[in-house]
Amino acid sequence: MSDSITNFTEIDTFIDGLPDKNGALIPALHKAQEAYGYLPKEVQLHIAKRLQIPAAKVYGVATFYSLFSLEKKGKYRINVCMGTACYVRSAEVVLKEFAKELKVDIKATTDDGLFTVDGVRCVGACGLAPVVMVNDKVFGRVATADVRGIVEEYLAADHAE
Amino acid sequence: MSNQNTEIRQVRIAMRNCGIIDPSNIMEYIARSGYDALAKAIFEMQPNEVVDVVKASGLRGRGGGGFSTGTKWQFTAAAKADKKFVMCNADEGDPGAFMDRSILEGDPHGVLEAMAICGYAIGAQEGVIYIRAEYPRAVERLYQAIDQAESMGLLGDNIMGSNFSFKISLYLGAGAFVCGEETALMNSVQGGRGEPRLKPPFPAQRGLWDAPTNINNVETFANITQIILKGSDWFRSFGNEDSPGTKVFALAGKVNNVGLIEIPMGLPLRDVVDKIGGGVADGKKFKAIQTGGPSGGCIPAEHLDTPVDFKSLGALGSIMGSGGMIVMDEDDCMVGISKFFLEFTAEESCGKCTPCRVGNMRLLEILTRITEGTGKESDLAELENLSRTVCDTSLCGLGQSSPNPILSTLKFYRDEYLAHVVDKKCPSGTCTDLLNYEVVAEKCKGCTLCKPVCPVNCISGERKEVHIIDQDACIKCGACVDKCPFNAIIKG
Ligand SMILES: Cc1cc2nc3c(=O)[nH]c(=O)nc-3n(C[C@H](O)[C@H](O)[C@H](O)COP(=O)(O)O)c2cc1C
Ligand code: FES
Repeated sequence: MSDSITNFTEIDTFIDGLPDKNGALIPALHKAQEAYGYLPKEVQLHIAKRLQIPAAKVYGVATFYSLFSLEKKGKYRINVCMGTACYVRSAEVVLKEFAKELKVDIKATTDDGLFTVDGVRCVGACGLAPVVMVNDKVFGRVATADVRGIVEEYLAADHAE
Repeated sequence: MSNQNTEIRQVRIAMRNCGIIDPSNIMEYIARSGYDALAKAIFEMQPNEVVDVVKASGLRGRGGGGFSTGTKWQFTAAAKADKKFVMCNADEGDPGAFMDRSILEGDPHGVLEAMAICGYAIGAQEGVIYIRAEYPRAVERLYQAIDQAESMGLLGDNIMGSNFSFKISLYLGAGAFVCGEETALMNSVQGGRGEPRLKPPFPAQRGLWDAPTNINNVETFANITQIILKGSDWFRSFGNEDSPGTKVFALAGKVNNVGLIEIPMGLPLRDVVDKIGGGVADGKKFKAIQTGGPSGGCIPAEHLDTPVDFKSLGALGSIMGSGGMIVMDEDDCMVGISKFFLEFTAEESCGKCTPCRVGNMRLLEILTRITEGTGKESDLAELENLSRTVCDTSLCGLGQSSPNPILSTLKFYRDEYLAHVVDKKCPSGTCTDLLNYEVVAEKCKGCTLCKPVCPVNCISGERKEVHIIDQDACIKCGACVDKCPFNAIIKG
């Protein structure tokens, strides 16, 4: 489970700097996710208090949008594009291969906290289909045979740190 | 794309500056008559004259709906209010399309200038761009462009010394397809869940923060400056009567040349696939071209001479959409494609209205059982019925169009559905549950090469004897097919 977060300075500074609190919820959630990587309960409650809106509304919004995550994600987020261009170029098979290679369910995180495997919406690089993004790095024309190499690249990077 | 035909057939209006200017330098934009159109509007034209030119150009919304842009401006201009908004829809949710992203990254000022012109025409002083958070580079470019334009007095208070003021802010989405729908988008900017509102009232009457709001798509705006500078007749010299001008498409899928194209409307689909796209890749056979993403449909080979315009694509049960264009070949299963789009819409349905929330789920279940081999012939009629109900009764455009992929494939590829439900076969060999791998006895030499590659050891047979695949154990991975030197294993 998550360690409880008690330091809210980053969100506070952001909210204090807003000219207008109307419509500030989504920007505040973006900020919080950037700071903590996800939106645990205590962060949502804090934002509700600071923006003076019901916690239910914060939860409702946080769960509506797919970019917000209530759970901690892996250090390396492997996102396989599931847009149409990638789909017709066998992205689904590539996604399954990553899950198999890492022995983890799709959308779940490996026990060591290193990898999260998921499918995402079109990342706008359709010409390179099928596309895989690991954090901010784009891999184009990925075949199942490339999957192990990509995973090993990040295992090595983590090891080097 | 080096193909000469490509050069001849493409016309750049919306993308005229993309790849030509340095988008981070406002001077390069200005050098290509940037902000001339805004100056012309403010100093030489009355607001209603601006509306008239846009209306006369026949420009139709490029975000999917194809509504007359000039008429929309006219409605918002006519609304009486102290405060009005100009909004730019940069949510670009169609999976497999990136036109708006390229315009914003390649020519951000073209959109900012057009928004200011719209503000002048309708009497608004504030603009808001709603952009997907998935496009960080476009966001950065826009912030930079707004800063530069403000510091030169081209945006902000008293633009170019006139008494017209206009400022633009940015609002980031958070990953929800339905937020591309204009009223859901407004709810999102107001900090809520992106659920659509009932229309009427239309945004032109009551939009963002209940103020009259004109919302247009990125590409729609990208046409405006040229229409103001060159006139409506010039614009109408491209495209056809139904759909003047050009349209940007993201051509992808199984063609040799993939990428962004801007073509005059009315060009036959065949030219897009064969001339610009360079034909179907890997020598495969063309099966369909999909337009309009999850709200659109699949168009078969016999309709490839259809001109690309709003009316003709609509007549085929597809839509122009925002510009995704995906070519599919003989290996793509049309039932599978419908299922793919329904998975998308079922997940993206906001859940507010029942037909869309529940109906799309039921449609997806039917499609799933068809692809798994447990479908019945009566399922096809049920798909059709339920599809019509969802179209007719959903609250917003998402549900009203989500069954289009099913309806269009049922219409043009019905035999493929029938093969799934009657013969329990997938003609393109994609639905693994309907696949069998079998050894052709006459071709098998008993070389045993296939045996060790089978991950579940389900191939039996002695050396020099015909091998047999145990159908119950086979996981249909296809490893044996790739290994067999005699093409003795077939998938069917
Ligand atoms: C489910 C749904 C998603 C939409 N997504 C987009 C989008 O991503 N971008 C866009 O410009 N319009 C989108 N639209 C259309 C908008 O509602 C609206 O018609 C458009 O922004 C108007 O601009 P236009 O007249 O310039 O096309 C979507 C509509 C629906 C129903
Ligand atoms: S569909 Fe995968 S990048 Fe667009």
